[in-house]
Amino acid sequence: MKHLLAIEQLSREEIEAILDRAESFAEVGRRDIKKVPTLRGRTVVTLFYESSTRTSSSFELAAKRLSADLISVKAAGSSVEKGESLKDTVATLSAYDPAAIVIRHPYAGAAQMVAGWTPAAVVNAGDGKHEHPSQALLDVYTLRRRLGTLEGKRIWIVGDVLHSRVARSNLIAFQRMGAEVTLCGPPTLIPRGIEQLGCEVTHSLDRLGEADVVYALRMQQERMSDSFVPSLREYAAVFQVDTRRLNPRQLLMHPGPVNRGVELSGEAIDSPQSLIAEQVASGLVVRMAILYELLAGGERPSAVGDGDAAASATPIGQPA
Amino acid sequence: MSTSELLDFRPGEGADLVLRRATLLDPVAGIDAVHDVVIRGGEIAELAAPGEGQADGAEVVDAEGLHAFPAFFDPHVHLRTPGQEHKEDVETGARAAAAGGYCGILAMANTEPPVSTAADLSALREQAREGAAVPIGFLATVTAGMKGEELTEMVELREAGALGFSDDGLPIRSARVMLRALQYQRLCGGTIALHEEDPELSAGGAMHEGAVSAALGIGGIPSVSESTMIARDAALAGYEKARIHVQHLSAAESVEVVCAAKAAGVLISAEASPHHLCLTDEEVRSLDPHRFKMNPPLREERDRQALIDGLRDGTVECIATDHAPHQPEEKDVPFEQAAFGVTGLETAFAALHTELVLPGTIDLGLLVERMAGGAAPFGIERPSLAPGSEANVALCDLGAEWTVGEEGYESRSENSWCHGRTLTGRVLVTVAAGQVAFRLRSFSLGVAP
Repeated sequence: MKHLLAIEQLSREEIEAILDRAESFAEVGRRDIKKVPTLRGRTVVTLFYESSTRTSSSFELAAKRLSADLISVKAAGSSVEKGESLKDTVATLSAYDPAAIVIRHPYAGAAQMVAGWTPAAVVNAGDGKHEHPSQALLDVYTLRRRLGTLEGKRIWIVGDVLHSRVARSNLIAFQRMGAEVTLCGPPTLIPRGIEQLGCEVTHSLDRLGEADVVYALRMQQERMSDSFVPSLREYAAVFQVDTRRLNPRQLLMHPGPVNRGVELSGEAIDSPQSLIAEQVASGLVVRMAILYELLAGGERPSAVGDGDAAASATPIGQPA
Repeated sequence: MSTSELLDFRPGEGADLVLRRATLLDPVAGIDAVHDVVIRGGEIAELAAPGEGQADGAEVVDAEGLHAFPAFFDPHVHLRTPGQEHKEDVETGARAAAAGGYCGILAMANTEPPVSTAADLSALREQAREGAAVPIGFLATVTAGMKGEELTEMVELREAGALGFSDDGLPIRSARVMLRALQYQRLCGGTIALHEEDPELSAGGAMHEGAVSAALGIGGIPSVSESTMIARDAALAGYEKARIHVQHLSAAESVEVVCAAKAAGVLISAEASPHHLCLTDEEVRSLDPHRFKMNPPLREERDRQALIDGLRDGTVECIATDHAPHQPEEKDVPFEQAAFGVTGLETAFAALHTELVLPGTIDLGLLVERMAGGAAPFGIERPSLAPGSEANVALCDLGAEWTVGEEGYESRSENSWCHGRTLTGRVLVTVAAGQVAFRLRSFSLGVAP
């Protein structure tokens, strides 16, 4: 695997390899010294054109835990504000010879284009409304730890599917791992034709009880101005996942940040069946695993030429 | 009137040429045989029996095994002049047209500034008379500055030589303004060519709305954003008995609306573009804006089939490239941010021959007829191979394979939707308005004078 651009491009085996790797990093995370020397001497760039808390901080911490040097660029305050094109920004950053560029961008296909412009490995940390593969991987990781397997499990993704890259990546990832996926939301927020991806579509929570896992999506305030829903009040009345609609054996997930009282009730968020905090914790180890797989993982030749010792796979477990 | 009488081009010597043993095909003129085409002084003097055409000092081209068609006419080209000459200008655009076998093109008025005054138009006509290898007709905008609010001085523009009117690039949003333009057409004449898109429905879209846009998370441009506007304007044109031409049809629903309007007696004509006839939105999965981002967008297979059916039954009377040059800066960006438009003049015939004729989807004769069908809707005489006609001939090698872009482009821009494709069929020589406008270099080198 040279890049991580879209879940769509990953096989079940490739997904499982990353999850297995993440398990071993989880073990490292329980030690006193949480840092491993794998990427010592190599550089990771994070390039964020959109705001982010979880994704940017967990990628940055993942790179540091792997002993990489980190350059963190945010569009705000950088040359992007002076009108520099994505292509030129990538060329500039590539001059530092980074091993990986982690990019978030407001438009679909940005990460794929960057992969064509740089010799570095590219990680898509969200491209427009297209994909968010590292989120899908951490969600599958979280569920696998809870359920053992996703095979045959029924997962409902509820809310604003239209504007959600998480919904697309997770739909594909859940299906690839053997789950059956149902999308639920108002007709204005379910993209026309999405059922051709092999999922079921419904506009009612009536059958929510069928689900083993309920994955709620963030409802963005600005959607009302474009008449997608008449009001957040009405949206919440019809689509809010709360403890009345959930039954205790169901697991609840959300990619964050949550609008309390809109897509989820406060009670549901804080209930024992909520995996939201676990998802955040999984984000770190899964992102370590992603960087490891791309930069030090399986397909790389084990013996790299002289003078490049830092690039060779270092067994994890030795403190840096 | 013929292309040379109505359109502007660089004047020169009328060609003296004999195309020896060429296979002629002009379905409209009823010509389908091997002849020596004798061109004298820029006119088709004679279609002689094979080997019998008298050279009389004219250049003789060995055309055995090659096809001669009436040269093509493109009613929809963007020459980007004035204002964006770094993308295309009158000379490079005309060269691209000549290389594609065209003997006439109509230039759209959505330049910077838009062609809204007689002075703008006259300046362009002058440039064409200085540097255009093939005749160019210029359209003027329907509304001043393409703002969609006030009509241009359409009478004066017609007197200055506007071949028609179009706000192409943008729809005419207001039904009231549209109605006024159609009423005013009675005074000034000139077909009104329409880019049909309801901006309320297409807002935020970058590709066709359907399963592919759903999978990619890219905003959709629904088919009905096009067909509902066509329905509105067909109703208005019928009401005013005005003449309209619908540009770049892309959706099955649109073909239905045009067909129904024609049946109701509305004076409406329609064009389709090679990329809509050859490709579907599945291509957009590549997220490559260079080749696959245009407006209207590539749609589904059912839409493509409806357009092909429209070509067959005459609902779509002509093929138009919507040649839209852009520089790499506007395309080397993520799909949603990239400019709409692809170039097509140099590849239209070869692409359609490869994708539709060779697999047996349509006949060669139908393609040839539709490639020149864009003249009549604008009151221009259709190019013909009949003796006595002005010489407008495309000489083609239907067996020649070539890879698009390998030898560069005549156009100043390289955003061809065919870039990198291997096509079968190539234009070797173009005679436009009686003059040799193009010869493929490798071919001309092989011919003794």
